[in-house]
Amino acid sequence: MSFPDTLIAARDAIRSKEISAVELTRHFLHRIERLEPRVLAHNSLYPERALEQARAVDDGNRTGALAGLPIALKDNLCTSFGTTTCSSKMLEHFHSPYDATVVKKLEAAGVVFTGKTNLDEFAMGSSTENSAFKTTRNPWDTDRVPGGSSGGSAAALAAGMCLASIGSDTGGSIRQPAALCGVVGLKPTYGRVSRYGLVAFASSLDQIGPFGRTVADAALLMDVISGHDRKDSTSVPGQVASHLAELDRPIGKLRIGIAREFTLQSGMDPQVKAAVDAAIAKYSELGAELVEVSLPHTEYGIAAYYVIAPCEASSNLARYDGVHFGHRTREPVKDIIELFSKTRSEGFGEEVQRRIMIGAYALSSGYYDAYYVSALKVRALIKRDFDEAFKKCDVILSPTSPTPAFKVGEKTGDPLQMYLCDVFTVTCNIAGIPGISLPCGFTTGDKPPKKKLSGPVVSLGFCLPSTSKASTARVYQVNAVYRRQIELEANSETEDDEAILEAG
Amino acid sequence: MSDGKKISLDDICHVAKLARLAPDDARLQKLTDELASILAYVAKISAADTEGVEPLAHAVPLVNVLREDVIEESLPLEKVLQNAPDTDPPYFKVAKILGGDVDSGG
Repeated sequence: MSFPDTLIAARDAIRSKEISAVELTRHFLHRIERLEPRVLAHNSLYPERALEQARAVDDGNRTGALAGLPIALKDNLCTSFGTTTCSSKMLEHFHSPYDATVVKKLEAAGVVFTGKTNLDEFAMGSSTENSAFKTTRNPWDTDRVPGGSSGGSAAALAAGMCLASIGSDTGGSIRQPAALCGVVGLKPTYGRVSRYGLVAFASSLDQIGPFGRTVADAALLMDVISGHDRKDSTSVPGQVASHLAELDRPIGKLRIGIAREFTLQSGMDPQVKAAVDAAIAKYSELGAELVEVSLPHTEYGIAAYYVIAPCEASSNLARYDGVHFGHRTREPVKDIIELFSKTRSEGFGEEVQRRIMIGAYALSSGYYDAYYVSALKVRALIKRDFDEAFKKCDVILSPTSPTPAFKVGEKTGDPLQMYLCDVFTVTCNIAGIPGISLPCGFTTGDKPPKKKLSGPVVSLGFCLPSTSKASTARVYQVNAVYRRQIELEANSETEDDEAILEAG
Repeated sequence: MSDGKKISLDDICHVAKLARLAPDDARLQKLTDELASILAYVAKISAADTEGVEPLAHAVPLVNVLREDVIEESLPLEKVLQNAPDTDPPYFKVAKILGGDVDSGG
């Protein structure tokens, strides 16, 4: 029996009783058993619970838009089952007393949760090498990283260990691993998806989002997880139109903005550039209009991000003090301050400590204006750049990552080198606009480079005027057509991922 | 921004105290070098022309979100204590806070 490999195909197969939820879940649990030792995507797995959930679907006791579909969750999303570790020693044995809103919504939609996936510790990183537990491997080449920080979620999906997964994106942490693993990854508009139950890293930048094999799957997940939540005061009020329904609207003329600053970006792998240029040509062929735009403050994006994010992180991570939950030092301590310091030094990894220190420094008296306030002004300028550009185009296109997946250990020597991976993704978080990463080809050796589109996604007037709805439809529709083309080409050139993982 | 001044080991020790971190000596030196390099990079934001620009803390215009001050459902006590390292229900137990010469860390 051949198993469906998208949410929508699987959903239809279950509804038409072609396949039972239990059979489908067993298939994925079996794949996890076989492939997990090489991919190392998960921090924890819940096979018994998953089968129980699947049985309930088959018995008719569990229903919903995603009934019976196996989905993995990034391990910084609070679940009342199992552990929520954020891949940190600080929370290694933490059992969340509540479910994140997104988890509750997926549960209500009938999802079968396969497991909690590995990430860079506290979502800080671009390769999943900062996990305190293990480094997830890229299923396309296990000597290479899957990207980060949602590396586990991207790898689990790419390796066919689930039908979809959920991650979080603060500076590119969904889009970049999606790119390096060859799947679709979406960071929604800030405020579109409730952050209640997402362990906070940088509150003005964090967003939860879907990984899917197709844009349609990502849209289906968005329909389930998005919407106002009174438990998240940064949640955008108002009704959310169906993302999936938008796919059927006619395309019209899509104006694709090519930012000259992105084109001139140094450090780009020539194969990535070639694949993206080919994608641009293809979109042109499909009827899109190419428009040159300028985002003049692009060069300050990473610098502003690595001030804002660490500052917010130093505040958010202050709660890990060994008092109420999480790790507490077993060393003798003379007072409460020492309890805090020893606990935090033991519980946090190097990158986390580094970022907390940067943040504390930048916020400290004498430096606050120079660093933090300046970064917030640059933020305003970056947002203004996008507002201006979107007057001339509907979406902005660039590679997601300047390089394809790099080798494990290649960039860990110099933190700054790792930070530069985020050059194309951070500005979306800074401006609060959505971004999506779509596979567009392969480099030699089968490491996919990826194309990214930034643009309005049913933003209900927060980023753009209401014409954004039509643009959304066009983005998704064109992408769906485009993907079919790419699939045909890809299948003729290379084996599918199951075969790749099977070899060696 | 103090472009000329490089972050020193003393600065790092001070910041570590503020952040309630206690890296060992080897780590402290490494952190000094790493932070110097990162801070030098992020300092480029001072080159942007921010004349007349208001700082933007949030990408979306937000106002205070309020609700009525009524008691709503809350976590039961056992759940609140379930991850605590040391308890004497209903209390969390910690090292002493008052007395002796507690460093204010300022």
